[in-house]
Amino acid sequence: MMTTMTMSDLPLWAEILISLMLVTGGLFVLIGAIGMVRFPDFYMRLHAPTKATTLGVGGVLLASMGYSWQTGHFGAGELLIGPFLFLTAPVSANLLAKAALHLRVPTRAEVPPDIPLD
Amino acid sequence: MNRTSRLARAGWGAHPVLSLLVATVWLLMQESLVVPQLITAALLGLLVPRLFHRFIGPRVRLRRAGLLLRFIVLVLWDILISNLTVARIVLTPGSNPKPAWVRVPLETQNHTAIVMLATIITATPGTVSCIVDEERREILVHALDCDDPEAMAGQIKQRYEAPLKEILG
Amino acid sequence: MIEAALQFALAAITLAILLCAWRLFRGPEVPDRLLAMDTLYISVVALVILLGMGWGTRLLFEAALIVALLGFVSTVALARYLSRGDVME
Repeated sequence: MMTTMTMSDLPLWAEILISLMLVTGGLFVLIGAIGMVRFPDFYMRLHAPTKATTLGVGGVLLASMGYSWQTGHFGAGELLIGPFLFLTAPVSANLLAKAALHLRVPTRAEVPPDIPLD
Repeated sequence: MNRTSRLARAGWGAHPVLSLLVATVWLLMQESLVVPQLITAALLGLLVPRLFHRFIGPRVRLRRAGLLLRFIVLVLWDILISNLTVARIVLTPGSNPKPAWVRVPLETQNHTAIVMLATIITATPGTVSCIVDEERREILVHALDCDDPEAMAGQIKQRYEAPLKEILG
Repeated sequence: MIEAALQFALAAITLAILLCAWRLFRGPEVPDRLLAMDTLYISVVALVILLGMGWGTRLLFEAALIVALLGFVSTVALARYLSRGDVME
């Protein structure tokens, strides 16, 4: 699958920086997913995607952008995806939490009794 | 009446920041800066806010714009740190985080400030704002690992709400 | 070096997608499945970007953008459906 890959001669610092961002990005997306599988209740699992977007996808996008610049291509489309995911993740997390509270999904920590859930 | 104010009244160019944003997004999508694309971007920047100006709320006023930059840096730094904290909790075998519901009472009544505060709370890993109750002026936050909910509420207020109040009024 | 890092990131994200799929099938509650979908599409965005990088094309970035847009809209619609019983009022 990766046979079409052609890596031009990048300066060493650029290679190190881009590789570092790739590894960090991949790791944090994976850590987010592990958290989502591991944690015992829904509200704890909810913390996973915010983590996956910020450092995870952020690292991957920065790496891709840096790589396209280094290979002489004006690529900045990542600047659209990154902020979009960063700004929408809190919105979907909030709506998911509201849906779960409405459906009375069980939680390990007690919800304060006077909170309107509907 | 001069020409510019008539144009502004009609809604053309009434949202300069939004116009700039639309134009920038178009150029980023095209990934090019040739003249036809610049013209298209300018036209879209003028047209789109005009088409949607009925759905755009009142303009946000910054009282202290200089503080904003420092605040953004602080938030990004906090996001980085709490990312590492949560990563450690996830990766430590047998770790048993103590989840808690944290009630954050609000002092500010500024709608924009409340929305931004809720967004910042969620964007920082380890805390998610679940219910934003503007009437009772309270945000209900779920914390992944928290021993002392009241201390955490105080920290959120002091670290994020106070600067937001100062920036937005 | 970049090749190796790229392979590592691809492997990590593929594994993440499999874990999301497990949570998607396992549940147990409906919001859990929705959350799994949400995390899954975010991982797919990262995967598509990485593939574009590996194949040396900029075309895939638009695919990633569309995945991101559709993922967000569908999460919002489904979450609202769960808490309100309908999407439009």
